[in-house]
Amino acid sequence: MTAPKIDEIDRSLIVATQGGLPLVARPYNAIAEQLGLSAEDVMRRLKAMLESGVIRRIGAVPNHYAIGWTANGMTVWDVADDQVDELGARIGALDFVTHCYRRPRALPAWPYNLFAMVHGASREECATKAGEIRALLGPACQASDILYSTKILKKTGLRIGA
Amino acid sequence: MRELSAPQGDLMLDAVDRKIIAKMQGEFPISERPYAEVATQLGIPETELLQRLEHLLANKVLTRFGPMFQVERMGGAFVLAALAAPEERYEELTALVNALPQVAHNYRREHALNMWFVLATETQEGIAEAIAHLERDTGLPVYAFPKEREFFVEMKLEARL
Repeated sequence: MTAPKIDEIDRSLIVATQGGLPLVARPYNAIAEQLGLSAEDVMRRLKAMLESGVIRRIGAVPNHYAIGWTANGMTVWDVADDQVDELGARIGALDFVTHCYRRPRALPAWPYNLFAMVHGASREECATKAGEIRALLGPACQASDILYSTKILKKTGLRIGA
Repeated sequence: MRELSAPQGDLMLDAVDRKIIAKMQGEFPISERPYAEVATQLGIPETELLQRLEHLLANKVLTRFGPMFQVERMGGAFVLAALAAPEERYEELTALVNALPQVAHNYRREHALNMWFVLATETQEGIAEAIAHLERDTGLPVYAFPKEREFFVEMKLEARL
C-alpha cells in the first residue's frame, strides 16, 4: 500500500494536535486560529486524514490501570508459519483481544511470532483468556508466554518535530 | 513485584465519568461544537463535559485525548522494540529510552526482555536510526519486532472501578 500524500499543512495539523485536542467549545476553530487556517479547512483536512487512515480515530486513551484493568498481559505464541495467518485472524476476532499482530521471531532468544494483548482486573483473568487462545491455537502452537506489564514508563504517543 | 502506575489525585470515578470514558474512546465528531454534541448524547452540559475531561486528564485517568495517528499511513513506521535491561541499570536505561522523542510509549514487563517500547518515526529510515542511537547510548542490543501483519487493533476498555 502506498502512503497517502500529506502536505505541509496536514503535517502542521499533526504537530498541533499530537499533544491533544484543545478542551474548548470550538476546538477546531482554536487550532485553525493557531495555524492561520480556516476552521472549515481544518475540519476538512482532519476528515480526509480519517478517511485515508492517517488518523485512526479521534478519541481518548485511558490509563488502563486507573480504570480498573490492573492486569495487562502481552501473550506471545510460537505458531507454525503455515498456519499463523489463519489462526492470527481468529485470535484477533476474540472479543477480549485488543491488539493482535504477527511479528518476526528473534531466535534463539525469542521464538514467538504471534502477539495478542489481553487485559483483566487480575492476572487470573488474563490467564483464563490466554487459556482460550491456547485452546484455539491447538497443536500449531509450540510455546507461549505472558509478559505482564508492571509499570507504564512512558505513554505520550506520536511526537514529530515542528 | 507489582509496581503499578497509580493515577494522581483522587481516583473516585462516578457514573458520569465512566460514561464519558466509554463514550470518548469512540469516534469524536469533527464539527463546530463537538463537545456540545457529545455532551447532549451523555445528557450533561457542555461545560461539565469539558471540566470532567480536564480533570480526568489531569489525574491521568486518561493519558491523552485527540487524534490517534497511524504514522505508517503517512510514510513513516511504528515498531515494537525491546531491551534486556540489567536491574541495576533499569532507571538509567528508562531515562535514556524515554528521552528519545521517537519513543511513543514504554512499558516495564516481567521477562528477560523487561523493557518494551514503541518507536514511531516519520520515515522508514527513522527506525534504524533510533535503534542505532539507542544501542550506542545503552551499549545493549535492541530487539525490533516490526509488525508483519495486523489482525486486529481496537483498544476500548470500559471503566471497571
